Amino acid sequence: MNISALFKPNREATHYPGFGAVGILFFSFLYFPILVIITYSFNSNRIVSVWQGFSWKWYASALQNEGLLNALQVSFTVALFATLIATAIATAAALVLSRGKNVKHAKLSQAVVNLPLMLPEIVFAVAILILFSQLGIQNGMLKLILAHSAFCIPFAFLPIRARLQGMDNNLEQAAQDLYATPLVTFRRITLPLIAPGIFAGAMLSFVISMDDFITSNIVSGGGATTLPVYIFSLVKQGVSPELNAISTLIMVASLLIATPCWLIAKRSR
Amino acid sequence: MKKLSLNFWGLLPAYLVMSLLMVLPLLIIFYVSFMSSDPYGGYKAVFSLDSYTQILYSYDWDENLVLNLQYLKIIARTLLLSAATAIICLLISFPVAYYISRQSHTMKTLLLYLVTLPFWVSMVVRVYAWVLILSNDGVLENGLRFFGLIGDIDSLLYNNGAMMVGMVYTYIPLMILPIYASIEKLDSRLIEAASDLYSSRMNTLRRIILPLCKPGIVAGFVLVFVPSLGTVLEPMLLGGGKTMMLGNLIQNQFGVARNWSFGASLTVLLLCIVLIFLMFQARRTNLNKEFS
Repeated sequence: MNISALFKPNREATHYPGFGAVGILFFSFLYFPILVIITYSFNSNRIVSVWQGFSWKWYASALQNEGLLNALQVSFTVALFATLIATAIATAAALVLSRGKNVKHAKLSQAVVNLPLMLPEIVFAVAILILFSQLGIQNGMLKLILAHSAFCIPFAFLPIRARLQGMDNNLEQAAQDLYATPLVTFRRITLPLIAPGIFAGAMLSFVISMDDFITSNIVSGGGATTLPVYIFSLVKQGVSPELNAISTLIMVASLLIATPCWLIAKRSR
Repeated sequence: MKKLSLNFWGLLPAYLVMSLLMVLPLLIIFYVSFMSSDPYGGYKAVFSLDSYTQILYSYDWDENLVLNLQYLKIIARTLLLSAATAIICLLISFPVAYYISRQSHTMKTLLLYLVTLPFWVSMVVRVYAWVLILSNDGVLENGLRFFGLIGDIDSLLYNNGAMMVGMVYTYIPLMILPIYASIEKLDSRLIEAASDLYSSRMNTLRRIILPLCKPGIVAGFVLVFVPSLGTVLEPMLLGGGKTMMLGNLIQNQFGVARNWSFGASLTVLLLCIVLIFLMFQARRTNLNKEFS
């Protein structure tokens, strides 16, 4: 795009003047807060809003913060187990729903798998809190893993199903014509083909689990504190430069996870 | 026969998890909402509709039922703010989605990446950013003061406006993506044909583009409105204590207030609002299909 084109009236019918300006304003709105956090995380002043000078010291103190590291460990463990469980269940369900023959109640099953997407999260959170207390489950870690596994299933399911629907089953049929057993066909043909979908689904549920606040905040209650719940407790105490550094670190980590996933998802389309 | 059993075993884990961890808990919530509350926390297994009457009425000093609008106000605020959030998201998202769809292929990919990227960033961090911007002596206040635009003002934080900025910021990508998908499907020759027939841009937008993008707009509206109804984080961090929403009210009943049956009845109420809204949407989309 060259600059002079910006000022020439565009007579194309599909052009709407002003939409571009809204677009630019929108992207500024989307990224301004993120830039503010990153900028202020390097402020050496203890008073966040008054700039004093550039410094890495808040990163050093963030990385030595024991509460933060504990919370990170809890979140990581929960996300890892929840992702493994959710992805395994979602893969099985996606295979049946897009490859199975004569599946009964396919529509209902689809709705069941996607159930967590239809409820506001707070409803699920208090419901599962009551369930755990009725069953007498005390272990914070176990409660978190069970709850996260449940609401991660649709997030793992959707990319895998999209991948399965996007490819035809010619290759699978060819393999079966050549006398491959169903198991061999699955292992040598289907699984490698849907691997990008499984990867994308697993990463998505991992991030959803790592980010979850509403359910973790209600369910954890003492014992196991996840990263978002810990950060929330810090925000409650007020803004601080260390919090900015922690937030920046989390954003960098998200970026490092998001970009490869996004590239893989894009290439597999 | 073998195929059928494979189908069965493949779906069994999903059904098990969903019925044990989703449906069963919801049934328990429904059950608890009809029990009476226990002053020592939890609930008593005695049938009572008290938790539902408590939404509208409370007891005065003489144990008479009097109308209490306190909770109704919170419910009304939740509905209004959620609707406003969805409408603001729509007003911003449509031009943005249209603008993205008109870019070159590389630019499109980049802009869509930028729209989805905040999703991967922790929600608590994204809301915290607004605390940082709007707080007393925060970035916005200092910026405005620097340019002499404001003198001394009350805090920009802890009001409905701050809460709504946070909600729009959190949920807007959910509106842009479905609208973008429906604009991409739109045949641009229709727009050109309308223009050849001397339709003004506004008229084309109203009569051609918007009706054809309706599925995307409806999907985006649902995706923003439903989670907004259950918002918890934005009211707690940006709304302060005074401006509660239904999600916080529910959470408090299971936390500090320890009144489970009242919390359960509020949860049932929230669920009913969501179901009525979804049914209304489904009926309207079905009607549209029948007529077109």
